Amino acid sequence: MEHVFTDQTFAQDVLASTTPVFVDFWAPWCAPCLVMGPIVEELAHEIDSAKLTIGKMNIDENIETPGQYRVMSIPTFIVFQGGQEVERLVGSMSKDEMKEKLSRFLA
Amino acid sequence: MDVRNVAIIGSGPGGWTAAIYASRANLAPIVFEGAEPGGQLMTTTEVENFPGFIDGIQGPELMRVLREQAKRFQTEVVGQRIKSLKRLDDGTFEIIPEKGETIQAKTVILATGATARRLGLESEKALYGKGVSACATCDGFFFRNKRVIVVGGGDSAMEEANFLTRFASEVVIVHRKDSFKASKIMQDRVKQNPKIRILWNKEVTEILGVEAGQVTGAKLRDTVSGETSEEAIDGVFAAIGHEPSVDLVKGWVDLDEFGYIKTTPGTTQTSVPGLFACGDVQDRLYRQAITAAGTGCMAALEAERFLAH
Repeated sequence: MEHVFTDQTFAQDVLASTTPVFVDFWAPWCAPCLVMGPIVEELAHEIDSAKLTIGKMNIDENIETPGQYRVMSIPTFIVFQGGQEVERLVGSMSKDEMKEKLSRFLA
Repeated sequence: MDVRNVAIIGSGPGGWTAAIYASRANLAPIVFEGAEPGGQLMTTTEVENFPGFIDGIQGPELMRVLREQAKRFQTEVVGQRIKSLKRLDDGTFEIIPEKGETIQAKTVILATGATARRLGLESEKALYGKGVSACATCDGFFFRNKRVIVVGGGDSAMEEANFLTRFASEVVIVHRKDSFKASKIMQDRVKQNPKIRILWNKEVTEILGVEAGQVTGAKLRDTVSGETSEEAIDGVFAAIGHEPSVDLVKGWVDLDEFGYIKTTPGTTQTSVPGLFACGDVQDRLYRQAITAAGTGCMAALEAERFLAH
């Protein structure tokens, strides 16, 4: 299942998580974000959340977190592990491509 | 190996229209969606000039309905990028996708479109997503009260510059000539916008900030005097035109002097029998969704005629 993160829940749900967490920074007025939305949703269903938790954050409603991580282009996808950024992907891509780039978290 | 009648490479308005026509002609086409399913329209917002939609339609939504329409008539859709395409000695085509099965087809319709041209700088690559953006409508938001450069002199550069003034404190248009090729109305809008400054006869030679991990400025070179200068800026947007996606046919299909696929005037026939091209990959002049759809229809009808012989 896909999670929804906010500035308020970010520290607890993402930074303090014991599993790696994938965050899709998006906005409703960004066309490539809308293309990636269903792909991320599908991945959330396919990927075992014990390996990688998948969720998104609307950057229109949450200003603080994207600012803190210097998100300057959307969609941006960041994987956090142990409270640290460990992977960052920018821009739209195919589902296969994304899976490949996340493969080290899925093994 | 079974040999397909029609293989369509690309999934913009040209590719889907070709698929609709070919499938309705019972040719059972196969469509390879490519690296960017839906093509350039997937990164546009409102499309107001596609006939049939009184109130306009969102680019991604238009692509979704065209795809559904093609699928309704038994088009097979494969979400793959093509690695190689070649013509075999018997005149059929061999198509190798990145993953999955190689297929053969008697005719191929190339609808691979075009992609936005980049500046081609190492620093541009390094700072992509860190102030360098390929999508003004997506990323303008992040440049509130900041200064950005828009590179280019055409309509899309004018449009992006105007759009970015909603957020940015200043937008600097950098253009390597001393006049714009944009339409008069777009130029006027830009010239009347108090937040826009124009730097004529300048080109960006380097984007600064690689070490900081964030764009901090740009090195410029005067195209007339050769003098160099620096601008302190926070963002770079390039709107310097498009390049046709012709990698699959380079070397064995004729291209025109601008690198677009050459077709026999009034048709979509390329220099290779059985190979047709539609949409932006063969259209330097119009590059509209509707002209891509129109040539997609032509390509399917011409493929049908070719197969009947």
